[in-house]
Amino acid sequence: MGIRERLSGNEASAIAMKQINPDVVAAFPITPSTEIPQYFSTFVSNGDVDTEFVAVESEHSAMSACIGAEAAGGRAMTATSANGLSLMWEMIYVASSLRLPIVMSLVNRAVSGPLNIHNDHSDAMGIRDSGWIMLFSENNQEAYDNLIMAHRIAEHKDVRLPLAVCQDGFITSHSIENIELIEDEKVKEFVGTYKPEHYLLNRKEPIAIGPLDLQSYLFEHKYQQAEAMRAAKKVIADVSADFEKLTGRKYSFFEEYRLDDAEIAIVCMNSTAGTTKVVVDELREQGVKAGLLKVRVFRPFPAEEIAKALSHVKAVAVLDKSDSLNAAGGALFEDVTSGMYVNNVHVPTVNYVYGIGGRDTTAKDIHGVYSDLQEIVKSGKADNPYRYFGLRK
Amino acid sequence: MAYNLKEIVAKKPARFTAGHRMCAGCGAPPVARMIMRALKEEDHAVVANATGCMEVSTFIYPYSAWTDSYIHTAFECASATCSGAEAAYKAMKRQGKLPEDEHTKFIAFGGDGGTYDIGIQSLSGAMERGHDMTYVCYDNGAYMNTGIQRSSATPHFADTTTSPAGKVIPGKMQARKDLTEIMASHHLPYVAQSIGVNNFKDLYEKAEKAIYTEGPTFLNVLAPCPRGWGYPTDMLMEINKLAIDTCYWPLYEVENGKYKITYKPAKKLPIEEFLKPQRRFKHMFKPGNEWMIEEFQKEVDKRWQELLDLEEITNK
Repeated sequence: MGIRERLSGNEASAIAMKQINPDVVAAFPITPSTEIPQYFSTFVSNGDVDTEFVAVESEHSAMSACIGAEAAGGRAMTATSANGLSLMWEMIYVASSLRLPIVMSLVNRAVSGPLNIHNDHSDAMGIRDSGWIMLFSENNQEAYDNLIMAHRIAEHKDVRLPLAVCQDGFITSHSIENIELIEDEKVKEFVGTYKPEHYLLNRKEPIAIGPLDLQSYLFEHKYQQAEAMRAAKKVIADVSADFEKLTGRKYSFFEEYRLDDAEIAIVCMNSTAGTTKVVVDELREQGVKAGLLKVRVFRPFPAEEIAKALSHVKAVAVLDKSDSLNAAGGALFEDVTSGMYVNNVHVPTVNYVYGIGGRDTTAKDIHGVYSDLQEIVKSGKADNPYRYFGLRK
Repeated sequence: MAYNLKEIVAKKPARFTAGHRMCAGCGAPPVARMIMRALKEEDHAVVANATGCMEVSTFIYPYSAWTDSYIHTAFECASATCSGAEAAYKAMKRQGKLPEDEHTKFIAFGGDGGTYDIGIQSLSGAMERGHDMTYVCYDNGAYMNTGIQRSSATPHFADTTTSPAGKVIPGKMQARKDLTEIMASHHLPYVAQSIGVNNFKDLYEKAEKAIYTEGPTFLNVLAPCPRGWGYPTDMLMEINKLAIDTCYWPLYEVENGKYKITYKPAKKLPIEEFLKPQRRFKHMFKPGNEWMIEEFQKEVDKRWQELLDLEEITNK
């Protein structure tokens, strides 16, 4: 059995990093992820890890140093939030195009401006087309578990892509909850050692990385990235199955909560799923067939699987904790609905933008969404699919 | 290896090879080649290169002019990229993941745009953190790769595409930033200013010292650009010579805080000698613009004197 503890999401992530024992951690302080490099540098100072901690002067340099370290042949990790990720943005694309399996803990926070330090998903949505694998986590346990699985997925020879583990800033990063940790030795064995095929520090085979890549080859290289992202689905499934054998904790592309016989369903990510589960249970007691689909694997996007899982319901609400400001709907909504459309699933679906800048999301709000869905089922109409909840009147 | 041009070129193979696509008469390739030659033959290097002429002309997929390991990521972060590779080396070496008796050296190359301007934060950070690496700026005094735009390394009055000499504004209205002094103020174990063609001995010895001094070291090397400066391609050696003989580009080093001027011209030439062969300064020679040359000369004299003073003070 694992080790029972009480930890915040940030502490749990830092402990996962300690157990992974990467060669390099390069990070810069930014709320609410600051605690991760803080805890981690204590592990470094106390000799608990073999890692070089590079206390860089910006997040741009954090990602650049991770790229240098990973390309050199080491395992590199970082943590950031919001504007930190924005500053990294240029290098986020470089990391994935160089096929470097860097792992990042992304503690989601609203991107400026104006300045706000609280949770939403606008930071994560900014890198959704960057070629990073993105895993979302409902609570500290999932943030920890996703990090333990991260390197196995990212480093797999069919994948070789960087990976971000998301969790909600403050809501999970700073909340102390029960958690079951895995023993150090078991983590070490599960994660394994990093054996890159080609790397800068292999003097027997000097390599050049990051060329000027013009019309003759860039397209093919981008296609290879797309193939790797497609291949990642199987690898994620395999690694998750192995993880279940180790811990008994089951992870899929998404979690279906009382969805199999549901008539109305919410699709959301991260901590809102916890609140939604409570509401689903309450509604079920009242005889309302409510269900939840919680997306864990956002990139690669399991479009076909999600469409199939929602095919039997009568109305769907997709919750986006980030507005795409495109006058059409949030990113998750667009992905879910286009997945449903191309897979011939025609269920009335609406979008709610919510929780922006840390606006509290209550059970009452979620109840409101489900009652809207009941209305849609009753009337058979879903007017104005691009909606909000939690806005001041 | 003590410096002897014939010996060095004959006995140490070029690690930066022919076949790259840099312009005829460009000052940068001989700089890169000589710096790479300063490595001990048995040592391996990881080169990090900022985006710029050197990068886009030496590593066009699938060809590379580098025989050592090489990485390019972006414009402003050669230092941070290099520092990450160096950190991985330290960690992996400590854990026995790399052979104990074999050594890798870390060298970053950037142009003046990627160093003085957009890359200065990354450079300052990496140097302050004390990574065991050498940063080499090949300074051609403008953004040459994008088409000769002014940088903070562009000399006073120079005509560039974003500081054009016009009817009202006669070229770049600010004097150059002194990056070598900024790096000396980081109190690094070794900082030097050098030149390529014309004084290879100076460059080779400084490169060797920089690479084999433990800790962060910095080299600023003048690398004339025939397109941006407007000199005939066969004049590279002469332009370099004029840069040092007018004291426009003093050759010196700062070793643990001690300044040493490594070349003092027997006869300091007037700055016109350096300015005149270059198209970018052509407007300074029009009648009525004598004040520009005077002002330029004053600035050169002032900086040269400051350097002489620093040499005296730090060697007392």
